[in-house]
Amino acid sequence: MKHHLAVSPIACTGHGICAEMLPELIGLDEWGYPILAERDVPHELAALSRRAVRLCPTLALRLEASNAERRVPTGGPRDPAGPGSRRGGGRSGGGRTAVSH
Amino acid sequence: MTRHGGVAAPSGHRADLLGLSSRLTVGWQDSDQPATLRGHLDRYGPPPQHGTGRHGTLIDAVTQAGLTGRGGAGFPTGVKMRSVATRRGQAVVVANGMESEPASEKDKALLARAPHLVLDGAVLAATSIGAGAIHLCLPRSRQWLMTIMLDAVAERERAGFDPVKIEVHGLPHHYVSSEETSIVQWLNGGDARPTAVPPRPFEKGVGQRPTLLDNVETLAHIALIARFGSAWYRQAGLADAPGTMLTTVSGAVEAPGVYEIEVGTPIADVLRISGASPDAGSLLIGGYFGTWHDSQDVAGLPMAPTGLRSVGASPGAGVLVVLPPDACGLGETARVLAWLAGQGAGQCGPCVFGLPAIADDFAQLASGRPRGPVLDRLDRRLSTVIGRGACRHPDGAVRLARSALAAFAADVKSHVSRRICVSARNGQQRSAVLPIPRPTDMEVWQ
Repeated sequence: MKHHLAVSPIACTGHGICAEMLPELIGLDEWGYPILAERDVPHELAALSRRAVRLCPTLALRLEASNAERRVPTGGPRDPAGPGSRRGGGRSGGGRTAVSH
Repeated sequence: MTRHGGVAAPSGHRADLLGLSSRLTVGWQDSDQPATLRGHLDRYGPPPQHGTGRHGTLIDAVTQAGLTGRGGAGFPTGVKMRSVATRRGQAVVVANGMESEPASEKDKALLARAPHLVLDGAVLAATSIGAGAIHLCLPRSRQWLMTIMLDAVAERERAGFDPVKIEVHGLPHHYVSSEETSIVQWLNGGDARPTAVPPRPFEKGVGQRPTLLDNVETLAHIALIARFGSAWYRQAGLADAPGTMLTTVSGAVEAPGVYEIEVGTPIADVLRISGASPDAGSLLIGGYFGTWHDSQDVAGLPMAPTGLRSVGASPGAGVLVVLPPDACGLGETARVLAWLAGQGAGQCGPCVFGLPAIADDFAQLASGRPRGPVLDRLDRRLSTVIGRGACRHPDGAVRLARSALAAFAADVKSHVSRRICVSARNGQQRSAVLPIPRPTDMEVWQ
């Protein structure tokens, strides 16, 4: 099963440990917050990725299964990942219902 | 004209003014007072009784009507209703009347004139999805509006009008507090700040229940669809964007205010209705998360999501602001970006640090005193911040900033080389165009 890294932007406080451990997949912005590569974790980095997730002081970093398709809100059985869960950073967040100003 | 229960459905057209409609706004010309329950029922007729068999088909009717959310996101309302209705557990309805977009007035106007139309919609939506509670959320800074709605709810309770209880809430008023996850978190006893998704409210919202959260204008349209049907609803608007919408026009226009237009009315007609000059210059479409354009470039485009997509714009919550010819678009944008930077929830690093940095770059640009390679720095920061917040707050600010750089490209050139435009130099004397709300206590989120 393929996995990718995701970060909860609310939980992350920019310790930067993840970027030190996984420079191949994680960079830092000018304020020290992680920028994740938008690709699946390659096999040779899988163990190191799991370790980076374990060592994140705020439990913000996680590994998620890469689904082939994004789930749509159809009311099917509950899925802990739910629709649009890729990249906890947000851009692909499921659906357009979020912004309501 | 459709007739239903002896009451004439409001017509989609007013022949004298192209594009101007009167469905939600029936009778607004006659009185600026909130319609009483009796006045409301005289105007629209009674809502279809729940239990008569009609209510079960409301989700179908809303879906067939093609109604989309009027809060800015434009998600199909029927799809959302069905998603909530088919989940396990009794649903909850939330009516979002927060309207934190400073350039929008339409939700305030609707609630203050036609409170019972919105409440009808909330109750009809609730019965159609089997919801047991309705929460109407308003900013607590608008006490006058809360009074109107509390009175309207009390009037309905005295009449024993609704099968579902309606609660009115006053929330802290920050820009991000109108975001749906902020409202759900606040109703659950937390801060009115966005949460990470998933779960989304339709899955797990108020009290962990599936929650239908709709903008108040959307609910008012549901009240009309329930009465007059989807075919009637589609008599106005476009095939792919039916119905009417409320739009707020401001800036350099003779008659700023809220107008009900058919969805897809050409922008030129909306500007003409509100008395903009035929040679109007720059135009902000969609509000403070929106985009700047040359009016002449977009004049022929329909005020509808599909039509505006070709120029990267979106109607948002129906906002149009005409920039006066003597105003500096960069200066206006810089002020809005500074305000947006202070209006974040303070939760996500890229937004907490990125938006103030971007606002500072923009201020340097607007004042014609750039430090270092400001455009390169700005471009890098805009690309860095987008998509990295829990909510879309940073994305919206980036969108506005990028569109300003493109729409005011000539000004950018002269500002960078420290030949600041005349408008910007005169800006200190002239009052600002885009409204910046009074500062709120950013510590108060409960």
